Amino acid sequence: MSEKRAVIKVREIRKTYQMGKTKVHALQGVDFTVLQGELVAIMGASGSGKSTLMNIIGGLDYPTSGSYVLDDIEISKLGKNDLADIRNQKIGFVFQGFNLLARTSALENTELPLLYDRSNRIKKHREAARRSLERVGLGDRADHHPNELSGGQQQRVAIARALVTNPALVLADEPTGNLDSRTTVEVMKLFQELNDEGVTIILVTHEDEVARYAKRIVELRDGKIIRDVPQEPDSAADDLAELVARGADDPTIEELETADAD
Amino acid sequence: MHSLRLIKVAGKSIVKNKMRTLLTMLGIIIGVGAVIVMVAIGEGAQSQIENQIKNLGTNMLVITPGTSNAGGVNQGASSFNRLNIDDSEKIRNESAFIAGVSPVVFTRTQIVGGTGNWRSTIHGVTTEYVTIRDWELTSGRFFDASEERTGKKVIVLGATIAENLFPNGDAVGTRVLVRNVPMDVIGVLEKKGQTPDGNDQDDVALAPVLTVQRRLSNWTFIRQILANTYSPDDIDEAQVELRAIMRESHGLAEWEPDDFEIKNQDQLSEAAQGTTEVMTMLLAAIASISLLVGGIGIMNIMLVSVTERTREIGIRMAIGARGADVLTQFLIESIVMSILGGAIGVAIGVGGANLLGTTMGWNTVVNSQTVMIALIFSGAVGIFFGFYPARKAAALNPIDALRFE
Ligand SMILES: Nc1ncnc2c1ncn2[C@@H]1O[C@H](COP(=O)(O)OP(=O)(O)OP(=O)(O)O)[C@@H](O)[C@H]1O
Ligand SMILES: [Mg+2]
Repeated sequence: MSEKRAVIKVREIRKTYQMGKTKVHALQGVDFTVLQGELVAIMGASGSGKSTLMNIIGGLDYPTSGSYVLDDIEISKLGKNDLADIRNQKIGFVFQGFNLLARTSALENTELPLLYDRSNRIKKHREAARRSLERVGLGDRADHHPNELSGGQQQRVAIARALVTNPALVLADEPTGNLDSRTTVEVMKLFQELNDEGVTIILVTHEDEVARYAKRIVELRDGKIIRDVPQEPDSAADDLAELVARGADDPTIEELETADAD
Repeated sequence: MHSLRLIKVAGKSIVKNKMRTLLTMLGIIIGVGAVIVMVAIGEGAQSQIENQIKNLGTNMLVITPGTSNAGGVNQGASSFNRLNIDDSEKIRNESAFIAGVSPVVFTRTQIVGGTGNWRSTIHGVTTEYVTIRDWELTSGRFFDASEERTGKKVIVLGATIAENLFPNGDAVGTRVLVRNVPMDVIGVLEKKGQTPDGNDQDDVALAPVLTVQRRLSNWTFIRQILANTYSPDDIDEAQVELRAIMRESHGLAEWEPDDFEIKNQDQLSEAAQGTTEVMTMLLAAIASISLLVGGIGIMNIMLVSVTERTREIGIRMAIGARGADVLTQFLIESIVMSILGGAIGVAIGVGGANLLGTTMGWNTVVNSQTVMIALIFSGAVGIFFGFYPARKAAALNPIDALRFE
């Protein structure tokens, strides 16, 4: 761990929303660093500031104050266009609601970020997109449109899209929030595999069942970090194998846990 | 290239949303179609009149009675008809540039003979008239100088009259009655067909001017004098010369203005063009309004589409599209749609103009210039009315756009 480079360094980040006359302090001084190769779960109750923090880390929003360094670049001072380029080249974002373009094939959706890549690092867009789809196990669904794919498959297309530019960081805000428990395990297995290949991942969840697959838990409350601990992650692959072995069509997490307890 | 890819994206978006695209283009299609048809009708009328004047020949001059200023009051054209046979004789005798000259008197009357009777116009002219007009005869002959001079009762029939009264083609050598005057048919004119607006150029008969004046009509004044020069190059000199001869013939003092007008082909068509140009412009203006309405339609649907596509815009921005990329995409979409709509409008307009031509017999002219202007204009409409919605899309904040339901 000693040689690992810091992908992000967040210092004293604050975010205040003005709601009419009242101010909402969504983030009140957040400090944390994520090293290359980490798999971090950000947890916390609803309204604790998880999404606000993710949006700032993802370059979708500016902090009210504080410093945020991504890949040695100070992000909080960048202009809109530079921020767009950062989102494009350094960050892969996965949303709860998938956010795929309708009437557009999985392959074209995956290819989309390359369209806006002004660095031209990746020359063959189609091939890169196909490789990315294969990486998430959807090579055979390239021509399907989102409405022809299951929720889990749509989320995997979204992950393929996030990976296509080889970003420094993959961010996922409640990526399993719209998925059933078995698909959740499948998606977490994919995240773990990508992480094993060296992809740095930060995901937001309020479910322990999801967080237990992460290597580190960061907990927020009222816009502050109240807990930041490493942990030994469970293997999503093992859980999935067990589910398959039991032949369960759609086992609930409770069933899964009682099985674990045995 | 980056912008090339954005054009592709815009193209895909247009293809993927066929209904939206069609609705957006509808206004432009109708607008451009209307412009093309309207202008085609206007230009058709214009070219028709021009053709009629061109048919007169390039080396022709027309003298008509002019304005007379009696007692300082302008009485308008033809208020006092002062053209007469002597004028035409004087021109024939004195002019150096004029090849032929013919006064023209008209009378509209019944011609009885052959299988029945036919109402037509009889022109009283001189022997030179057919040469000036460049008309040919299919059978018989034209009257000669002595017949002209003595006012013989001879007549040359136009093709339409001959066909109707003598379906067997045996007109020459027979006798017809015009206002109870028996006249010998000595020739039949070659068929010239209809003018584009349906005027039958063959529904006329020609007789010596003296015959018409003395026997057929008590109207002795001459409506116009036609003359042609030896060469089109002589037109200007001939006009000057004719004016001098006419002034002398009318005995005008130096201070008196002309009581006649001499016009060449260009001047005639200029006068005619003036009126048809106004008509064309009026039609084009009406049609342009519909094009403008079409443009507003584009803006309308693009604005709705920005709202409807807020999520799409949010997604594109979240994965790294700059505001300028979104602006370009939307702008290209509206430009492509309006040019495409313009092209379809042109096709429909040209088809419609042709249809009017074949079914209604209207003369319509579509020239490439109108098509170019219509296309450029619809492109401009796309830029103009697409810009505001595109800028609105580009100004969206990615988070708000993503949160939009
Ligand atoms: N655009 C906004 N304007 C005003 N207040 C906002 C805005 N976005 C978030 N907030 C407020 O900031 C606080 C943190 O919101 P945030 O969305 O980060 O919570 P969260 O931890 O992601 O919650 P959840 O688990 O429900 O997604 C909340 O009190 C929320 O009401
Ligand atoms: Mg949230």
